[in-house]
Amino acid sequence: MARMKFICDAERCIECNGCVTACKNEHEVPWGVNRRRVVTLNDGVPGEKSISVACMHCSDAPCMAVCPVNCFYKTDEGVVLHDKDICIGCGYCSYACPFGAPQFPSSGAFGLRGKMDKCTFCAGGPEEHGSQAEFDKYGRNRLAEGKLPACAEMCSTKALLAGDGDVVADILRGRVVQRGKGAEVWGWGTAYGNQAKGA
Amino acid sequence: MKAAIILSSLVLLAACGETRQDKAGVGSDKPAVAGTGVAVYTDPGWKAGDQAGWSNHLKARAHYGQNDHSRTSK
Repeated sequence: MARMKFICDAERCIECNGCVTACKNEHEVPWGVNRRRVVTLNDGVPGEKSISVACMHCSDAPCMAVCPVNCFYKTDEGVVLHDKDICIGCGYCSYACPFGAPQFPSSGAFGLRGKMDKCTFCAGGPEEHGSQAEFDKYGRNRLAEGKLPACAEMCSTKALLAGDGDVVADILRGRVVQRGKGAEVWGWGTAYGNQAKGA
Repeated sequence: MKAAIILSSLVLLAACGETRQDKAGVGSDKPAVAGTGVAVYTDPGWKAGDQAGWSNHLKARAHYGQNDHSRTSK
């Protein structure tokens, strides 16, 4: 069984924000909500590093652990999803998430916090696959179409890798061997439990 | 003595295993291999419900779309 994971290769990311745009466009994410964003460390300093960040679909997801209404669930493919019909928008998940993945759209005249929205690994949600209801609440379900997340497939430098953990780890391993450096995979240890150096 | 060594090894090595990632939570979601039923968006060559085919399609997409080293001459 495939275990879906993200890797961002900081040696390749050029901060083009193509992944952010691909995600916004694919899922028609509302104004003010960014399921994915690019973070640059030491911006402007020679040797700066950029990384594309979204929900990492953690093996032992802290958002699932703290949710008071238990709206999260994990699919067979290891993707962490949530049910917006159950979510009460309390925001506990955003405090628990080490990646800042949960997003809260403002709703109403007084900017009330709406139901949580986050990256779905392009796997939709608990509605009927491919239905309008699923698209409206969670966006496209590319995984059920036999495709990988739009952000990774659109990445111009192939910095952002998405797919089965074994496959993406193989691809990264090949790169590291070829270039002889840059094995530090930001967020991998935090999300998937391997406390490797630099992770 | 032998049994004690085996038993203690099992206890010690248990920590080296992978965290359980079973399906969990409240969701009543269908698996991704069930497909969307929207033929026009489905990856050509894969039929909904085909688990092995789905895995192979994703693997092929990952290697073709994301592994540029496999597409360039060495």
